[in-house]
Amino acid sequence: MQIACVHWLYMAQQPISLSKRPITARETFGLGAGFLLAGLAHLLRLPLWLSGLICVIVFWRLYLAHRKTAAPRKWLLVLVALATAGGILLEYRTLLGRDAGVALLVVMLAMKLMETYTQRDGTLLGFLGFFLLVTNFLYSQTIGTALYMLACAWVLITVLIAMQFTGAWPGWYRPAQRAGLLLLQAIPLMLVLFLLFPRIQGPLWGLPHDAHAGLSGLSDNMSPGSLNNLILSDAVAFRASFRGRIPEARALYWRGPVLWDYDGRTWTAPRFVFNAEELPAGEPAIEYTVTLEPHNKRWLFALEFPMQRPPRAVVTRDMQLLSTTLVRNRMRYDMSSHLQSTYGADDSESVLRRALQLPDGYNPRTLRHAQELRRKFSDDRQLVNEVLAGFRNENYVYTLSPPLLGEHAVDEFLFDTRRGFCEHYASSFTFLMRAAGIPARVVTGYQGGQVNPVGDYVLVRQADAHAWTEIWLSGAGWVRIDPTAAVSPARVERGIASALPSSDALPMFVRGDFEFLQRMRLTWDSVTYTWNQWVLGYNPERQRQFLANIGFSDATWQMLAVILFVCAGTAVLLGAMLALRDLRANRSDLVRTAYDHFCRKLARRGLPRNPAEGPMDFAGRAAQWNSQAGQEINAISRDYVALRYGTDATAESIREFKRRIRALNL
Amino acid sequence: MPGVGKTTLAHAIATCLGLKFQRTQFTSDLLPADIIGVSVYNRESSRFEFHPGPVFTNVVLADEVNRATPRAQSALLEAMEENQVTTEGETRLLPQPFFVIATQNPSHQIGTFPLPESQLDRFLMRLELGYPDAQAERALLNGTDRRALLASLKPHIGPEDLLQLQREVQQVHVSPALLDYLQALLNHTRQDSAFAHGLSPRAGLALLHGARAWAYMDGRKSVIPEDLQAVLPAVVAHRLSAANGDGGTATGTRLAEQLVQQVAIP
Repeated sequence: MQIACVHWLYMAQQPISLSKRPITARETFGLGAGFLLAGLAHLLRLPLWLSGLICVIVFWRLYLAHRKTAAPRKWLLVLVALATAGGILLEYRTLLGRDAGVALLVVMLAMKLMETYTQRDGTLLGFLGFFLLVTNFLYSQTIGTALYMLACAWVLITVLIAMQFTGAWPGWYRPAQRAGLLLLQAIPLMLVLFLLFPRIQGPLWGLPHDAHAGLSGLSDNMSPGSLNNLILSDAVAFRASFRGRIPEARALYWRGPVLWDYDGRTWTAPRFVFNAEELPAGEPAIEYTVTLEPHNKRWLFALEFPMQRPPRAVVTRDMQLLSTTLVRNRMRYDMSSHLQSTYGADDSESVLRRALQLPDGYNPRTLRHAQELRRKFSDDRQLVNEVLAGFRNENYVYTLSPPLLGEHAVDEFLFDTRRGFCEHYASSFTFLMRAAGIPARVVTGYQGGQVNPVGDYVLVRQADAHAWTEIWLSGAGWVRIDPTAAVSPARVERGIASALPSSDALPMFVRGDFEFLQRMRLTWDSVTYTWNQWVLGYNPERQRQFLANIGFSDATWQMLAVILFVCAGTAVLLGAMLALRDLRANRSDLVRTAYDHFCRKLARRGLPRNPAEGPMDFAGRAAQWNSQAGQEINAISRDYVALRYGTDATAESIREFKRRIRALNL
Repeated sequence: MPGVGKTTLAHAIATCLGLKFQRTQFTSDLLPADIIGVSVYNRESSRFEFHPGPVFTNVVLADEVNRATPRAQSALLEAMEENQVTTEGETRLLPQPFFVIATQNPSHQIGTFPLPESQLDRFLMRLELGYPDAQAERALLNGTDRRALLASLKPHIGPEDLLQLQREVQQVHVSPALLDYLQALLNHTRQDSAFAHGLSPRAGLALLHGARAWAYMDGRKSVIPEDLQAVLPAVVAHRLSAANGDGGTATGTRLAEQLVQQVAIP
């Protein structure tokens, strides 16, 4: 098999040269199409005026190519470039950062296309296209993006190859075929680089700060309506695959922010949290792996209650898992949890006092109701059961569209409207408990999740966001009470879709309608999950695992680098040997190179050889021009003719020939 | 152009090489049988006897070949290509060596049948004699009758020697680098839009034969690009025509020169 790049080199039967040859209309169209395709994703993201301007510039250039008209005047281009840079500065308030930088890159490449009139510029533009292509990864790393970029790379390589064709144009099919072959041949090298290139934690390049705007997820506070927005989003929060059986849905409480402080409207998490001294112990544990989507906060989610600490994370006294940095990249961690254990039985007075604080002057009816309850039940557990029985029996409704609540939100909810969802129930219940003298706090997180039978993992969406309550009982410690479960058992057993009346708005696929589509979507999600796990999530740990499997345990990065260079070097050498086989087979190429050297020497002295001039003709001309060196020039030319066109070229005679040319003194 | 000595030249070549020479004047009423021969009934032996035509010789001079009809032309040209003649179901080999020298009238003259490209392609070379320079013409004018001089020419070699020389020419070495150059030349005519059509593989072979002979005559054992360049105008000029349709012999020569100028020696 011959290597495609050799084809590429030999296609024009002369080496690639970045020539001043004017590019044809066809090549301009190729470049324009390649550029538009590579920039398409950006064009859809950029402000409308900018996308419009870029399209105008590109189509203007294509029109000029079609009409075979000369380039527009330089000052006009400079003016447009400056004005656009100014516009970008106004639009983004900066020229740095991801968005402004990409905008500038796209528009300047369009301007470059405008002034591309030679093959040299065209080749340059083609290579810059790859740079433009890579910036797509700053926005998205999905399979779709990867396939799209692969297609773009194919088109760009095709255009680059097409620009090397001289003579008869064979149609786009052949360059496209060559480009495809090149890409296929690159696969082994790509795999070696992907698997062995020393990995660092996180992505290879640091993303600028504006890259993380618009990520959704739970926050450190909860006010009426804040969870509602999340529940309407079907974005994936995280995925979890279990070692062993997946627990029942009602046991899946994924713990997130714990909210302590209430100001009558909003629950907030305390600023400072203390690390837990020890984690709950016991058996049996559930083991699972969480792949968390970036949400730009520090929380890591785990089933209640986590029994281990992921690397680079802490566990707080109130059992929150916090990453040491904001979660800005997809993160994967192994966890084990204990579903039953309670904790914090020995929490100090000051902690419990904080869990009893209530804002002054709010919700008088609830306070009175709590005092009545307290009088009736001295035992905390009985009191809790009474309240939950109230929720269950007294016509409370679980709905995503509750009526608006006024100043005394808890009063109005408990005694008047009685319509709400998890945040209302958790908030009211916690308030009621505190009013009755039982330490309580709100826990937010996710509840349940969809089991994806295709990939055998649990898919948790933002729509699964949930809030519940923890109360502290003496002797037992913190105990989870979910008042929503009392109102609507279906919510925790079968998920949010089945708990809501069908009139409530929900994201399309959260409800179980459209079974076929649902199944397609689950399959696709499973593919995405695999992609995330094995391609995007190929981190140092995974790499170490892989290397251990092929027999290199405890590989340091230096060792990795050595393996990498050996593998890549072998691949490149093999390719080069195949590629150079033809060249090496023919000794006369060495002779030719030496002769070129000789011609350059004469050209520097002012006697260039016409490419179509035979060596002996040239020697005759050279001898006339410089009769002093004439004899030597003649001898060298005779040698050249003998070596290149004769039969007796030996390695020795070639060396002698080279030496003679080096020694030639003009 | 008449009267520049084409016939004399052909005759001189044949005599010097010790070859048999026949001259045939092509006219519009020439028949194939007039060229290749005819079977005549011999009453004494009561059978047909083949009377070989002028083509059964070493050197044929076909004068004004484009004045004959295509039918007569093709009879000659087939003989050229195959080195044999087939009449009445019998194939007769032509003597070796065998070659044809043809002259042509300018094609715009009345009563000419221009040779199609396919037949032109069978001629190895086209040479133009042109007017002699002043010195040569003076010598010509001063001298005796050319025909008388021809009669006094002695053959220098015989047909056997010529065939031997031809075999030796075939031994001249052709390197891959030179074939690269030859192919570059051929490709150029096939791809450049200035040419109406490219050179045929037969033209490539003709170029190579010519270049070998040129190198041999120069006393070298291998062909160099200059050999190709030297024989190229003569070998390809009659095979090339311009894409813009302007014909004439001058165009072919101009295209051939252009070809040599434009193709870099690899």
